[in-house]
Amino acid sequence: MKWHVLRPLWVAIGLVGAIFVAREFLVPDDFGVHGQNFTYGFHRLSNVQEWKDFPVKYQGRESCEECHEENLTALNGSTHQTVECENCHGPSIDHPDPNEFLPLDKDRALCLRCHAFLDYPNTDRGALVSIVDRTHKRRYECVKCHNPHDPKEYYE
Amino acid sequence: MTCSRRDFLKDAVGGTLASALPLSAFVFLSTDEAKAAIADSKVRWAFLVDTTKCIGCGLCVKACKTENEIPYDAAVTRTWVERYVVTKDGKTHIDSPMGGRDGYTTDLIRDEEIEPEDIDKAFFVPKLCNQCDNPACVQVCPVGATYQTNDGIVLVDRDWCIGCGYCIMACPYGVRFFHPEHKVADKCNFCYHRISKGMEPACVECCSFGARRLANLRDPDDPVTKIITTERVAVLKDEYGTKPHVFYIGLDANVR
Amino acid sequence: MSEELIVHGIEWTVKELFVYPNEYIYWSIQIVMYPYMTGLVAGAFVLSSLYHVFGQKELKEIAQFSLVFSLALLPVAALPLLLHLQQPMRAMEPLLTPHFTSAIAAFGIVFTAYALIVLSEIWFVYREYFIAQVHALKGEPGLANAMSRIVYRVLTIGAYDVSEEALRVDKKAATILAAIGIPVACFLHGYAGFIFGSVKANALWMSPLMPVIFIMSAVVSGIALCMLTYIVIMEWQAFRRRRKGSGVEASEIKGAEKEIINQATRYLLGFLIAAISLEMLDLIFRGYTAMKSWDILRSVMYGKDFVNIFVLQYTLGNLVPFVLLILPGRTLKRTVLALLLVLFGVFMMRWNVVIGGQAFSLSFSGYMHYEIPVIPHSIETFKEGVFGALTVIATPFVLFWIINKFVPSLRRDARGS
Repeated sequence: MKWHVLRPLWVAIGLVGAIFVAREFLVPDDFGVHGQNFTYGFHRLSNVQEWKDFPVKYQGRESCEECHEENLTALNGSTHQTVECENCHGPSIDHPDPNEFLPLDKDRALCLRCHAFLDYPNTDRGALVSIVDRTHKRRYECVKCHNPHDPKEYYE
Repeated sequence: MTCSRRDFLKDAVGGTLASALPLSAFVFLSTDEAKAAIADSKVRWAFLVDTTKCIGCGLCVKACKTENEIPYDAAVTRTWVERYVVTKDGKTHIDSPMGGRDGYTTDLIRDEEIEPEDIDKAFFVPKLCNQCDNPACVQVCPVGATYQTNDGIVLVDRDWCIGCGYCIMACPYGVRFFHPEHKVADKCNFCYHRISKGMEPACVECCSFGARRLANLRDPDDPVTKIITTERVAVLKDEYGTKPHVFYIGLDANVR
Repeated sequence: MSEELIVHGIEWTVKELFVYPNEYIYWSIQIVMYPYMTGLVAGAFVLSSLYHVFGQKELKEIAQFSLVFSLALLPVAALPLLLHLQQPMRAMEPLLTPHFTSAIAAFGIVFTAYALIVLSEIWFVYREYFIAQVHALKGEPGLANAMSRIVYRVLTIGAYDVSEEALRVDKKAATILAAIGIPVACFLHGYAGFIFGSVKANALWMSPLMPVIFIMSAVVSGIALCMLTYIVIMEWQAFRRRRKGSGVEASEIKGAEKEIINQATRYLLGFLIAAISLEMLDLIFRGYTAMKSWDILRSVMYGKDFVNIFVLQYTLGNLVPFVLLILPGRTLKRTVLALLLVLFGVFMMRWNVVIGGQAFSLSFSGYMHYEIPVIPHSIETFKEGVFGALTVIATPFVLFWIINKFVPSLRRDARGS
């Protein structure tokens, strides 16, 4: 019996064994099939919580209302009542601590997103009060004349 | 001759492994198993996009980038808005500059002027990850870095993804991309960190026109679920068998 | 633009008309190289097995060579992937947590199994030679000799039996491994084809024929490369021998080769016909059934990619070498030209599948042009550019040169030396 034929087999088994040993150290313990079947549920379980812990940036209108009730009262009665505070004021994140002031975007480009005239019949774009950018007071910020919290209010 | 037969052992191991693989794939692809596993969860997230309400302001795209830390100037995005202008000559003009990040403020489409009188119809279509029931992207991940949670959201493990790009190639909707900083696959996850706390996804929160809405299909009292189940809605590319969970109102035949 | 904002793929993708915002050519030159290199591996192994298993005596010398060359090609098949991965440090994960529903994960296992088979077969073929070298180098002065001796001792894995029976058993084992290796080599390349063919999202790739087409063209490329390298090396050696004035006649050297070349060419032509037939079938079917994607596919194939597909691949890469090899009075020069064209044709086939499949958008309403980075200005444009490809092409020859020092594959002695 020529046993030397099996030597490559031992090497192969050793290699496979080494991979299994490496697995013990390199693969996180909670890696496996969780909740679903192998096709769709094969993952490291702790990753789910990691995604849940991702920091929230936009806090939403209700959180603004806690301190800025006046502004919201004006807004709620106006044509901009559906516009989120943070769309123009930026995400509040943990405001007021540490960011006391939120970066206010006063650029024309922001207002033009909705108010640049586009003659598209299947959208409400035509129904919004709109302008053709190059023909309407090009050099000025919109908020110079229009109050964003109450757009019908017009500064002279 | 016992030697040669033993020699077979070596390759019996290898051969068994190699042949077991395609067979095992058939077992694990049972969709009934998948359904049963998700069925006992109280939540199955879905989305409703009303294209009749979208005016292409792009504030959703901007909010998404900010909320989910996708570099603002990078030409990739977790959600985007497409513009469709169908002209009387039968051509469909479609664009999505930077995903609609800056909104649509000009009527030029790739520097082409389209006269309003030539327009038959024109509208906007927001798109995002469909969190499919049979996600092709999860099926092809070689290492288990992407997966589906019990409530239906498909997530990517940033610490495990090897960056091969197979999931990106496998998605029929083009929602996946490589994150420019983390150098792993990335995509919309319905702001999982927000919806798990009872908040809305950032894009839903920032849409002033109600074009985007989140739904929990397992909650019979959810008003959005009621719309999905009782009114006429459509999905994108259902021919791929992925069972997408983003439903559309007003989806046009021209939409790609 | 700062480093972080460089979206992967944006530097070599030019979009035309409507393409989804996140679409880029993500699978570029290295993904073209990868099936090409694995194809060469599989083909070289099949050629070697034609001698070991099917007893094609004329192929003995080239079989020896192609076996060792397939070993040199093996690590190079993994190299394009390492260059492509966005996280190359995690490259072992498909072996640690393989998700078997993915063709890429299964490939990792099959590849490892195949590597073990090739290594084992070489061991059985060369074991006697290793032992001879251990004895020959004993007591030889010099560090190089001492180190070589250590290498040979390791290579024997302690099996020093050189009796008649032991050597007979070696030969039998090598034959069995060569036989088992053929289906594994087919698996290896079938999986590469499956990686593409199973992507239902890609209108050009999705096809059940894809694995078979890949296997056929892989064998074609492997045989062609082995024949070519073999011819080059043998001619070079003959040239040197003629200059030195050795006793062997030049015509004798050429004569011995002719039979090998003829026999190998027959196999090459067979697989070439199979590969072309399947590709034609795929094309005709697509045109006939005219699915939703046919409009954009047609405009890509008959439009911007017409030269790549019909001129470079089918004509220059398939038809011309076919004619060159079939016409009577085949000279060595003509054969070499044909082999070079075949290798080029198989490369173009990989290119047309990988790049061609990303030439159109998922929207079916736009195109993506691939502009391969030539002069690298960053790590990414090196890895996924011309120089990255050249690195991959050059490496097997470097590796072969190193391996050949310990496992000589080009001598004529029947005792494997």
